[in-house]
Amino acid sequence: MISPQVPLLEVKNLNVSFGHHHVVQNVSFTLTPGSCLALVGESGSGKSVTARSLIGLAGKHSKVSAQTLAFKGTDLLSLNQRTWRNLRGKDLGFILQDALTSLDPLRKIGREIDDALRIHTQLSPTTRAERVIELLMSVGLDDPEVRAGQLSGELSGGMRQRALIASAIALEPGLIIADEPTTALDATIAAQVLDLLGALRQQGSGMLLISHDLAAVSRVADDIAVMHNGRILESGSAEQVLGNPQHPYTQRLLAAVPAGKPRHTRLSVQPLIKVPGLEPTPQVAVAPDEPRYPVLTAHNLSKSFKMPNGASFTAVHKASFELLPGKTLSVIGESGSGKTTTARMVLGLLKPDTGAVTLFGSPWSKLSEAQRRPRRPQLGAIYQDPLSSFDPRFNVGQLLADALSFGATRSSRKHLTRIKELLNLVGLESGFITRNPATLSGGQRQRLAIARALAPNPRVLICDEPVSALDVSIQAQVLDLLDDLQRQLGLSYVFITHDLSVARHMSDDVVVMRRGALVESGPTEEVFTAPAHPYTRALLAAAPEVLRS
Amino acid sequence: MTPGTHTKPVRRLSRAAYWVLGKFGGGVFVLWAVATAIFFGIRMIPGDPAEAIMGGPGSQASAEALAQARADYGLDQPLVVQYFSQLLRLVTGDLGTSYSLKSPVAEVLTELVPPTITLAVLSLIVAWIIALFVAMASIRSGPVGRALASGLEIVSAAVPHFWLASVLIMLFSTSLGWFPPVSTQSATGLVLPVTTLALPLAGFLGQVMRDSMLDAHTSAFALSARARGESEGGVMLRHALRHAALPGIALSGWAFGSLLSGAVVVEAIFARPGLGRSLLSAVTARDVPMVTGVALLSAAAYVIIMAFSDLAERIADPRMRAS
Repeated sequence: MISPQVPLLEVKNLNVSFGHHHVVQNVSFTLTPGSCLALVGESGSGKSVTARSLIGLAGKHSKVSAQTLAFKGTDLLSLNQRTWRNLRGKDLGFILQDALTSLDPLRKIGREIDDALRIHTQLSPTTRAERVIELLMSVGLDDPEVRAGQLSGELSGGMRQRALIASAIALEPGLIIADEPTTALDATIAAQVLDLLGALRQQGSGMLLISHDLAAVSRVADDIAVMHNGRILESGSAEQVLGNPQHPYTQRLLAAVPAGKPRHTRLSVQPLIKVPGLEPTPQVAVAPDEPRYPVLTAHNLSKSFKMPNGASFTAVHKASFELLPGKTLSVIGESGSGKTTTARMVLGLLKPDTGAVTLFGSPWSKLSEAQRRPRRPQLGAIYQDPLSSFDPRFNVGQLLADALSFGATRSSRKHLTRIKELLNLVGLESGFITRNPATLSGGQRQRLAIARALAPNPRVLICDEPVSALDVSIQAQVLDLLDDLQRQLGLSYVFITHDLSVARHMSDDVVVMRRGALVESGPTEEVFTAPAHPYTRALLAAAPEVLRS
Repeated sequence: MTPGTHTKPVRRLSRAAYWVLGKFGGGVFVLWAVATAIFFGIRMIPGDPAEAIMGGPGSQASAEALAQARADYGLDQPLVVQYFSQLLRLVTGDLGTSYSLKSPVAEVLTELVPPTITLAVLSLIVAWIIALFVAMASIRSGPVGRALASGLEIVSAAVPHFWLASVLIMLFSTSLGWFPPVSTQSATGLVLPVTTLALPLAGFLGQVMRDSMLDAHTSAFALSARARGESEGGVMLRHALRHAALPGIALSGWAFGSLLSGAVVVEAIFARPGLGRSLLSAVTARDVPMVTGVALLSAAAYVIIMAFSDLAERIADPRMRAS
């Protein structure tokens, strides 16, 4: 055992720079055996670089310096390459974010897990093979013998992440560094992986958890350090940082988390930029006593696809729902549950096998594309990855002119007033007109995507995972924007998301999908407070929440 | 995937059988197409084939002798009859008798094939070694080394064989006297022809292999491997090399074909016996059976090599077997 005086990991004034670019500045923390420290920050905060410099892999062109950088009292800065390699995989376990790219697609899972054993031990191949099976079992994979012989491409996301964890803990390292270990996973799978990491900690390993997700880390972390622009702004026990945040940035970060925030409450602090004299004219505002016919209905929608092996795969099975004017209907479910297929049928991009979609009371999915085209402006769509939906040769003005003229012109001059109005509506300055979308930040791109979707004055917007790729504070701004626009313009939303707290914050009604079927639907608060279906209950139990105690 | 696991071996066996049958059928089709194209292509060249049999227009053969030659080689029969009787002969493995050499084509070919195959296989191996070596060296030496390697590869890929051969002869044979300018059966005689064929190919292979090697070298799975304690050499050996080899293997079937056509030039320049040089002289002498024989043999070689490179790709890339 290590004496309590010597911490497992001691970092004092760590600095990392690439050329003149200082990515990490004066970062200090200590980690004791069996405890878990979470380093929380948004993209570009320097948290991943910090993690990599702890295993000596910050990159060829990095310059790492520190007052103290010690693992179990050993000075890491003075190590040569050979000693580093002896530490990595044996005493320091490292788990990377995306298990699809973090496991060699050409090697069998068993071989990847065997690596650390082969490099650091003298065990015979047979003993190592047995150990690999044990490891696969210990991370909760079924059929470990079969899994060991499979390629990473043959496993699901959760199984891959477990296999990657197995490869990092093969020699029971004293310190486990996990860089966003659950980001690419569905909520129920992420919860399982976090529990697995928590269990490792109970076996005595110290853990450094790198994450952007406050809710996820609150499940396992003892201490939390909040990073921004390469510095630690605030650190302390999890209860203290989450329950009584001192730094304004932490407060803003916590405010931006949609979990537990009622509908129509603001998540972001800064108000949207408003250009005087360009206030958008309110369009169809729904009168309260007007009879509320649904703007969009889906009745008995089914769609199946042919798989490469000839079998038929039912993506959506008999889905029915309706969207009321000025309201938001969320479609929630994990990946592969049929959400996007449903969205594509609603948009008229995919022909349903059975059932029909109606728009404003008249047929929609049954029309031919030629009949549908004149009515397409009524229905807009925004997607998770806006950049891939922009023509890379178009600048912002051209993109919007193209959408405003239904593809007739790219000249932004003709539609200048309306383009400025649209940009203003989504909180972008008119200076953006000449910018290329590739130079915009993630949040700005999503705002542009919303502006483009609004160009033909749609009444209904289909939003397919619109904030899934965004940092929490940017997500807050985009959610606030969508909420503002809904009230300003009387829009109705179909909101597709895997994130339950976003769905709860944004919607009036929800439908829960599982393996293509609607398992539950109803008013949001009803479904969330009294879920009827066991699957909904399981989803809710796994949903990350910021635990403050 | 789990429920059907136990039935997998049966399905895989039948899939392999399908694969072999498909390759075989495709190969037969290619050979038939080549035989047909050559048969009709040669008939379209103006001039009398009987004259070619008798030794060309300069031989002053008599009308009787020409008629006799036509009757001997079946040239007096209708074209369709000639075509089918030739196909029938080819199926039975009879490639006919060379007009110019007056000996069975099959015999001539068995003599000529080994030197050409030696040349092509050696060139392919040397090209692989050069390409891998340059790729590995350039990845370790940073962006400047990579730019240099890329430039070298483009230049060598663009260099024509005849020019490269002349330069190599001038440098290593005429000036330095290290290697003979005429390719003999000895090992030193192979150095210059092999280098001539291998360098441009190494440029091509190097371009694609270096790209995928660099991708693998900087990938998340390589970082994971390093985090498990893998050395740089280990990352190269267990991860990067395999990823680099994939596009190289995919290109090697095509590369072998280009080596066979390159051999025509190289064998002529280095006065080396082989298929290429014989094809050249057979074409000039309008030796129809010889041209047909060489073309069919090249096509067969190409079909076999393509099947092998496909097989090698399946072995190197387990994803192709899994999907």
